[in-house]
Order: sequence, then C-alpha cells, then structure tokens
Amino acid sequence: MNKEQIEDIIRKYDNHEGRILGILEDIQEIYKYLPKESLEFVSEKLDIPLSKLYSIATFYSFFNLKPVGEHIITVCMGTACHVRGAKDILNNLMELLKIDVNETTEDGKFFLTTEDKHFSLNTARCFGCCSMAPVIRVDDKIYGYVTIKELPKILKTYGWKSK
Amino acid sequence: MRINTLEDLKYIRETGLKKLKPKQKVRISVGMATCGISVGGDAVFEELKEKLKNREDIILTKTGCIGFCHVEPLVNVYIPGKGILIYHHVQPKDVEKIINNLDKAEQLDNVVCQIDKWDHITSDEIIYGEGFTNIPCWNELKFFKPQRKLVMRNSGIINPEDIDEYIAVGGYSALFKALKEMTPDEIIYEVKGSGLRGRGGAGFPTGIKWELAKKEKSDIKYLICNADEGDPGAYMNRNEMESDPHSVIEGMIIGGYAIGAQKGIIYIRAEYPLALYRLQKAIDGARHYGLLGKNILGSGFDFDITISKGAGAFVCGEETALIASIEGDIGRPRPRPPFPAQKGLWGKPTNINNVETWTNIPLIVKKGGDWFRGFGNEKSPGTKVFSLVGKVENVGLAEVELGTPIKTVVYNIGGGASSGKKVKAVQTGGPSGGCIPTKFFDLPIDYENLASVGSIMGSGGMVAMDENTCMVDTAKFFLDFTVDESCGKCVPCREGLKHMLFILENITKGNGKEEDIGTLEELSETVKTTSLCGLGQTAPNPVITTLKYFKDEYIEHINNKRCPALVCTALIEFEIDQKKCTGCSVCAKRCPTKAIEGILGKGETFKIDQNKCIKCGTCLEVCKFDAVIKTSKGVSNG
Repeated sequence: MNKEQIEDIIRKYDNHEGRILGILEDIQEIYKYLPKESLEFVSEKLDIPLSKLYSIATFYSFFNLKPVGEHIITVCMGTACHVRGAKDILNNLMELLKIDVNETTEDGKFFLTTEDKHFSLNTARCFGCCSMAPVIRVDDKIYGYVTIKELPKILKTYGWKSK
Repeated sequence: MRINTLEDLKYIRETGLKKLKPKQKVRISVGMATCGISVGGDAVFEELKEKLKNREDIILTKTGCIGFCHVEPLVNVYIPGKGILIYHHVQPKDVEKIINNLDKAEQLDNVVCQIDKWDHITSDEIIYGEGFTNIPCWNELKFFKPQRKLVMRNSGIINPEDIDEYIAVGGYSALFKALKEMTPDEIIYEVKGSGLRGRGGAGFPTGIKWELAKKEKSDIKYLICNADEGDPGAYMNRNEMESDPHSVIEGMIIGGYAIGAQKGIIYIRAEYPLALYRLQKAIDGARHYGLLGKNILGSGFDFDITISKGAGAFVCGEETALIASIEGDIGRPRPRPPFPAQKGLWGKPTNINNVETWTNIPLIVKKGGDWFRGFGNEKSPGTKVFSLVGKVENVGLAEVELGTPIKTVVYNIGGGASSGKKVKAVQTGGPSGGCIPTKFFDLPIDYENLASVGSIMGSGGMVAMDENTCMVDTAKFFLDFTVDESCGKCVPCREGLKHMLFILENITKGNGKEEDIGTLEELSETVKTTSLCGLGQTAPNPVITTLKYFKDEYIEHINNKRCPALVCTALIEFEIDQKKCTGCSVCAKRCPTKAIEGILGKGETFKIDQNKCIKCGTCLEVCKFDAVIKTSKGVSNG
C-alpha cells in the first residue's frame, strides 16, 4: 500500500459531503478492492472507527474486500435484462469461466474469481442501458444485445481460452 | 469570462449558435450517451475523427441521445441551409460512405429522419434548414409522433459537453429571468401554479415542498438532486444528465435561489460514470461563466454545487437514507418527521428533488406555470419520460404528456411486442410498482390512475412483458431484488420479504402448496402497512399485482407444476426434435455439461441427457434449425 497515494486522495476531499464514500471509491479504483491496511490507514487519518468503515464497505455493493481478477465481468440483472435472458447469460458465463455457483465470498456478496485470477464475475442491479438488454460490462466497456452465442468471442478478446 | 448582463448572455449565445449551426461548414455529431456508446457509437466517432483529420469543411462533435435507442448508433449530419439528417445503425464501415456523399445524402439508405426545425422551448424555435425532400421529418415517425419533448428538449441535438451550445438554445435565460426579475416567492408561486409533481416517483407537489423548505429559518440550507436512479429498467435520469446536464444545474440554481439554499449536492449512483463526468464538466463550465459561485450574474446570490457519489445501494434513493449516505454513513432510512425540509443534511433544512424534476424548472420559470399546465392533465400536468424497454420492438426513451393512454406508449411508440409475440403486461415503477395487464391499457398514465391498478408511476421505468415472461418469476425477480437491497433496519421488510421470496422460490421450483397464495397475500399486507420506509411499504406491489391479475399462472405452477411461459428452470426440459435435427453437433459442442450426445450427421441419434442438463439454454440458442424445444408438462415452444 502506498501511503502517500492515499493521503493524496484524502486531501482531495475537502468537502464533507460524500467524503468517506468518495475516498473509499478512489482507493478501490487503484487496487480494484479495499486492502485491509488501506482501511486501517483511513480510519487512523480521519479518526473514524475501523468498524464503521467495515460496515460501509459491506453495506454498499460497490466495494470489494477481497482481491479481484484482472478483468471484471459484470452482468446486469435489471428488469429489462432479466426479461431478455440475463440469467442464462450469467449461468453461461459461470460455465465458461468454470466458476462454482456456491463460491460466495465471506461478506455475502456475489463476486466470483477464477482460479487463475484472470477474471472476476459479479452482477449489478442495473446499468441503465435497458434499451440494449441484455447487457454485460467487462472492465469499463459495456456490451449491448449480448447473446450466449457470442460470449466466447467477447471473452477471447480478454485472453480467455476454452478448456 | 463572467456573465453579468443580458448582452453577455447574448454574446455567448451567438458563439454557441455558430457551433450548433455553422454557416459554411457541415457539422457531424455522434449520439454518445452510454446507450449509443455501448452499441458502437464510440468506434464510429473514432473512425470519423480519423477520416476527418484533413477536412476543414466538416466539424465533428458529440451529442446525447434523442431517445430512439432501438436504432442506435445514431449520427446527425447538419448541412447548412438544409437541416439535420439522422443516420441510424451506423457502423465504422459506413463512415466513408456518409462523408463522401454529403451532397446526395438524401439518397443513402440508412437515413432514418430529418430535423428541419426544433423547438428547444427556452428559445424561439430554431430553424436548422429548409429541409430535404423525400425524407420524413422526425416527428412524422411513429416512434416520435405521440411524443412531446419538454424534458428532452435538447437531448440528441446539442453537445452536452459544451455550455455555449446550451446557452445557444436559450439555456440559463430562465436563471437570468429568475435572478434579475423575480423574487423567490414569485418563483415558488409559478412552480406551485405549474402543478409540477416530483418525478422521482411519489409525485409530491414540488412547489409545496419548496415552500416548506423556504419557510425554515437557518444559517445554511441545502438542496439535493437525487440522481440515484436505482430502479432496474429505468434510465431516463441517466440520459437527462448525459444529454443535457446544464438543464439540471440551471434548475438547481433557480431552486437554491427560491428556497434560500447556499449549497447544492448531486447524489449520483456510481454506475453512471459518464453522467458524472458530464455533470462535473457542466459545473466547471457554469463556474467559469459565473453562473455558480459567488454573486451569480451579479445578483448578489451565492450558490455552488458539488457531486457526491453513491456506491450501489438501492435504498439510498429514499431521501433520509440518501442524506445518511452523503454524510458518510451506511444508507439506512430514519422515521419521518422530522422531514428533510426541517432537519436534513447535517441537521439543516434540505430540499430534495429528482433529476427530471430539476430539468422542468427552467421551463416553468421561463414560460410560466400556466404554460406548463397546458401539458398533461388536471392533476398531473407536464410530461414524463418513460424508459420503454423489455419486450417491445422500439425500445427507447418516450416522453409523453401525462394522461396519454398506456396503449399509445406500448403500441404506437413501442410498436408492440418484438418478434410477433403478444404483450401481456407492462411493469411500471420498478420494484415498488406493479404489473399492469393489457385490459387496463386504455388507462391514461398519471399518478392516480397507476395507483388505482396497484402500480405506481415511479421514476418512469416501463418494462413490457410478453407471453414468454413468467409472472411468478417476475414477482420473484423483484422480491429477490428488494430482499437484497433491504437495509435490514425494520423487521417487516427484512424478514417478511425474505419469507415471501422463500415461498415464491418454492412455487417456481414446483414445490408450491395451495395455501401459499393466501400466505403471500397476508404477508404482502403486513409488510406494506408496517415497514419503516418506502422500500418496504411498496416492495410487495409486484407480488400483489401479479397475484391479482395473473393468478392463473401461480395456480399452474402450484397445481400442475407447469410454467406456461417456459421460464422457471425447475419446471422445464429441453429436448431435441430428431426430425428437425441435422446432426450438425453444434449443440453438443457448446453444451457446458456434455449432456448432448449423438452421431455426427445423424439427426435422429441426438438426445439430451436430462440428468446432466442444467437447462442453461445454450443448445436452443446455438441451434440453426430450430430443432431444440423447450417444454413444460405439455406446453412447448416447438
């Protein structure tokens, strides 16, 4: 953990409104998750109990407490995506990535990572791209009108190999 | 520069108009809201940039989304004197054809419509050109014809990242009028008179809310824009922020002046990075011109706006939870009163309105409350943007006057169900709303009418469902959502919903019992009447409405262990129609559990091992010969 980097982030938030969530989000942007030491550091710097930061990190679905894979695949599970087959897309991705359904993380969130740490798979409640349903996001790129047929093709562009 | 006088504003307006309607140059703008980008709008933009490197005669820019998401990516081509042509389904390979045929653009086959003139409302109608022969005007298309664009007055036309273009179409002239010619009471009078009701869902009269906040005496007051658009299936607010962010900012500054607030906060969900980026850019632009900050427009009024990001919690759309979240806490609601107008953010009077409510404010101030009342109906004036999605042909954003019948939206704008199926219901209001069956489709859409059939207006999600949508599964879907998003503070919501979900899961697995329906009804009533906040109070609505209007589907699941819509995996099976099967073995290759076996080239030998099948549907999707059929106790898609 780079303390200076986190100090810079903390300094950026001179506004009290939205400060804590903003700081945690920025830290997650660097590490893709919230390392324990970073939370301890923020707790000390801002004089906020670590337990409170932990409750925030587990309450909001955006935060991860465990390291994640190189590429994060998020399946939108909004209503439009649901009626257009998002569940089948998710199941298919789990099969393709060989991720076991029962592997839920300690904090109860749905966030699954492949053994080689190449991919993490999770779900979102709605991206607001409902007109393009079903939708998935890989890292920052959103794919609309996704079909089961083209999933392997999308995965291959991120270095996936069929086993 | 700072804008202080009308002359300053006019000067910027002229600058903006030169960008929007260049005199000698062609202007190409690509629809780049998140929806356009996700189907390739960004690649089209890059290709254009590359190809236009040496073309001094063409200006390239971005625009937002006009709402016709079904035919995106969209590209607008403005030709001086003629007007704007809108190209649909544009791919990078089409770029060359478009830029090489500007003089005979009308003959290209992927032009969807043209815009010769446009009413941006806050300015006089802008004439973009004389028009093209043989190309339909935008408002002649079935998708646009029943629409009335007040909120989306600039979406898909102006560049949302350029404040000058917003000012060019009359932007910030309402703010000018408010600060220079009106008192706070006069503004509140107009807003009250307009009859505008909160567009976040509950429909509380905006003017009355403002009046309450104004009456409070305090050294500091806050104003919040609720941009935590959490309803799954709704994305109007995202588009409003991405396509016309200044309309939100202008509305908020006027609101701040009216109630006497010094500080505005936009609470936006983390899932909307582009909206956040454009709002921040809009804030920076407004500050640069002195429209935010100290002594706005030289009027002596100080007001500034900051952005606060959410982190993925649906309950934070509830105003007291939202405030807790901004304060850096977990987003749990608290009982009201005291209302935020009395004790809100940091214990100070706070006024909260939804994104779309804010975008209406400049219109009301500029044109007057009476003018606004000319749209919509008596109890629900104005328009509402709906995100029309799900099983309709023309998915997109439809802005209609309130009071428009549901059927106009679903059939005229939406074009009915896609792929020849029949629409059986629309779901409005997200997890707090209900499923409205076709027998009520004559109903004019307004707050009261939707409530009378058990749903709510909500923030504007409208998800069409057809015969392939299982209503029990739909109820389960929403319950799964609300169970997950319940903050856990009060018992009825935390435990009641969980138990309801448990029953629904049993029913969809074929383990339902006859008494389940009665238990579900009873639990729904309890959760509805005893939960602490709006989340729990409305969460049973999807169950109540599907039980009321689609009870037969529940009974089919419970008594006959059959899912008529062929959705509930435990109740369906996949089979291969050996007469249709050609033995190509694509299904066997793609089957993730190797459940399909057969001899290559011999269709009659292909079979699915039901013990291995996980019912993922891959075989059905990859089969080119329609040889895979889905069945559920005698019902099938074959």
